[in-house]
Amino acid sequence: MADVSTSNSEPKGRLARIIDSDLFHSFLRSKVTVVAAVMTLLLFLVAFLAPWVAPHNPFDLATISILDARVPPVWMEFADPRFLLGTDDQGRDLLSGIFYGMRISLIVGFCSVIAAAIIGITAGLVAGYMGGRVDAIIMRIADVQLTFPAILIALLIDGVAAGIFGGIDREVFAFYILIVALALSFWVQYARTVRGSTMVEKNKEYVQAARVIGIPSVIIMVRHILPNVMGPVLVIATINLALAIVTESSLSFLGVGMPPTQPSLGTLIAIGNDFLYSGEWWIAIFPGIALALLVLNVNLLGDWLRDALNPKLR
Amino acid sequence: MNVLDIKDLRVEFPGRKSVFVAVDEVSLKVEAGKILGVVGESGAGKSTVGNAVIGLLQEPGHIAGGQVYLHGQRIDELPYKKMRQLRGRKIGMIFQDPLTSLDPLQTVEAQLVETIRTHLPLSGKEAQQRAIELIDAVGIPNPAERIKQYPHQFSGGMRQRVVIALALCAEPELVIADEPTTALDVSIQAQILELMKKLCEERNVAMLVITHDMGVIADITDHVAVMYHGELVEYGETNQVLGAPNHPYTQSLISAVPRPDIKVERFPVVNYIEKAGTPQKHIDISTHWLGKSREYEKVNGPLVQIRDLEMRFETKGSVFPSQREYFHAVKKVSFDINEGETFGLVGESGSGKSTVARVVTGLYHPSGGSILFGNTELTSLKNQRETMAMRRQMQMIFQDPYSSLNARMRVKDIIAEPIKFHKLASSNSEVRQIVDDLLDHVGLGAAAGLKFPHEFSGGQRQRISIARALATRPRFLICDEPTSALDVSIQAQILNLLKDLQEELGLTMLFISHDLAVIRQMCNRIGVMRNGELCEVADCDQLFENPQHEYTQQLLNLMPSMELLSRANLETA
Repeated sequence: MADVSTSNSEPKGRLARIIDSDLFHSFLRSKVTVVAAVMTLLLFLVAFLAPWVAPHNPFDLATISILDARVPPVWMEFADPRFLLGTDDQGRDLLSGIFYGMRISLIVGFCSVIAAAIIGITAGLVAGYMGGRVDAIIMRIADVQLTFPAILIALLIDGVAAGIFGGIDREVFAFYILIVALALSFWVQYARTVRGSTMVEKNKEYVQAARVIGIPSVIIMVRHILPNVMGPVLVIATINLALAIVTESSLSFLGVGMPPTQPSLGTLIAIGNDFLYSGEWWIAIFPGIALALLVLNVNLLGDWLRDALNPKLR
Repeated sequence: MNVLDIKDLRVEFPGRKSVFVAVDEVSLKVEAGKILGVVGESGAGKSTVGNAVIGLLQEPGHIAGGQVYLHGQRIDELPYKKMRQLRGRKIGMIFQDPLTSLDPLQTVEAQLVETIRTHLPLSGKEAQQRAIELIDAVGIPNPAERIKQYPHQFSGGMRQRVVIALALCAEPELVIADEPTTALDVSIQAQILELMKKLCEERNVAMLVITHDMGVIADITDHVAVMYHGELVEYGETNQVLGAPNHPYTQSLISAVPRPDIKVERFPVVNYIEKAGTPQKHIDISTHWLGKSREYEKVNGPLVQIRDLEMRFETKGSVFPSQREYFHAVKKVSFDINEGETFGLVGESGSGKSTVARVVTGLYHPSGGSILFGNTELTSLKNQRETMAMRRQMQMIFQDPYSSLNARMRVKDIIAEPIKFHKLASSNSEVRQIVDDLLDHVGLGAAAGLKFPHEFSGGQRQRISIARALATRPRFLICDEPTSALDVSIQAQILNLLKDLQEELGLTMLFISHDLAVIRQMCNRIGVMRNGELCEVADCDQLFENPQHEYTQQLLNLMPSMELLSRANLETA
């Protein structure tokens, strides 16, 4: 993002260039984006600093008491001042649970986005640069992939993995299976975008100049083309982060994602779902609000980034 | 009475940090039946003047001062709706690119009739009749039939004629033509200019022609306004201004225009030209790393021998060879390039001259024929190692300075890449030293290395391209239209630089251009190409004085005449 746009004059430090850039300026001009950025930052901080910020450790069995189960939020009757947003069915503090859950959701989101980006960018670069048969094969695979909805692919992979690693503890592998499942369902978007931009960049004269110098294709792809096609990838990655978090939560809600011992936001909502009609609404609603806030803010950031990097929309 | 009267026009573009004044205190007048040329280099504000008159300034630009009168009526303050009625009705516009200024999904007739009926109270039949007359007037044969066709069925020059017909639809009093012939080949340019001049006189239309090309100005304009950095530096009758320019900028602009008639050693160095940079020191080539490139094997006879070169591109693929269709870009081309000389390839667009260059550098694999470089047959190179050795010996300078440098790399990394890649230097500090020296040598100064390409102008970028090409210590340099994207004054500088480098380093060059005047200044021998075939190869002077091939004669006749241009102060400049 650093050198998407910079001003002329003397060479400057990286930070100075960022602050001076049109991108940063358009960021400051959009109030909604600034609010979204602050909110996102706040949520990220709480999530990643959960062990230090959270009032309780929901995983420390010593501090959990089943007697505290299903305590309502503080402003309601029968509340306990120790539990700001109440507790779940096992007596775990909901606020802490949300912090920790958000952390897991975010880690899964980030890892799957990075994995998907790596697969997608590589496929797209190779397809776009090589063209011909290689391109046809890669893109046909992508097309087939695209006909399945993300959740279906994730369910499929989860099922297959469960079959293969049947005997192994699900609690250990659930995390990795989720990431693979999400990555495999999201890579196509990166591949298509990168392929398109690569085909444009490939015909530009700086690539031809590199070929005249005699630089091998792999280095041309990585050193010359890749940095020039990263703009749209950044946009997709941001929007996909939100999408990945939602998909992860859906999978966890359906019971094929994170196990109840390492609850993500989706798992928390799933737990709360059982009590929704028995009056303990807070167990499902608060994780739901957290998820909505997180996804909304990340999406707002992604939308702004898309508009700011797209000269046609300016 | 003046049709158009611009008084003290000032156009501003407010930016984030400061207000950019694109046009400052410009006053112009155009009479009916006369052509006023506005000439200047990129960034001079000449197009902005045209856009301001017609009310099409791009946001956030606006008229900050002055008045524009059309037939005595003030038009710069008219509301949008009123202005829209003027556009097309009273003011016609001719744009640069005929490929994009027509709607590809409508027939020519539909576009003409729509414009006519928007502005004139005519019935469909009458409008159609008028459209046919107009198409006839702009010199398109079979107007009644051609008018039913779509824009893609017309050639570039014919399309520009349609655009002119569109501009004349409603009998406008003023026509603004923004670079009307820049996208066209020389032979078509001459015809379009002649047509514009004729129509202007016949229909008593005032015309404002905006161009960067002194040849166009000399050919058709009655008056000329020279602009520089948003200001009007000289304004008067064309004969007067071109014959005896007063302002030093006009003088330098005129002296930078390449002469098609006489070969000069160097372009005169003049003031008023953008400085490339601040080179620190002069390098003695004979002792420097750059000069140590002469260890290449000696060649008997020509350095490059091209025989029966063929290049065809598949336009329709098929499993069966008999079903495939090809486009023949290069047909049986043969020529030699001697060591140390500059061989010019000249031709119009689509003649295959750039394809030849790309085949020689190895960007395309030829469909047939042979390329002998030194003692090596390039088409039979197999492994990576052999190709690499050849690639190092020949380098290329590209046309577009904006796309030929990787925008994400610092200049020093761009130039260091070939040196590191071919392992031409022993240590990183040596590479750094060489890069600095190269930047100095092409006139940019070593400090330029820390910046990114977008911080440079077109001419400076082209210098970076040259430095990169020199970084492999090549013996053979291919220049593909190296200056056609540049302003004339910058072009003169770059051509001088190329000449200097060739002399110092003993480079052999293949120089490709569509511009005969440039070719004449640069080349020892010249090949003329048309439709993929080489028509004629001759020594430079011989080709210009005594062209043998019919096509060459035709090309030479069509060159804009530069006789008007003052050459008196050229030698003294």
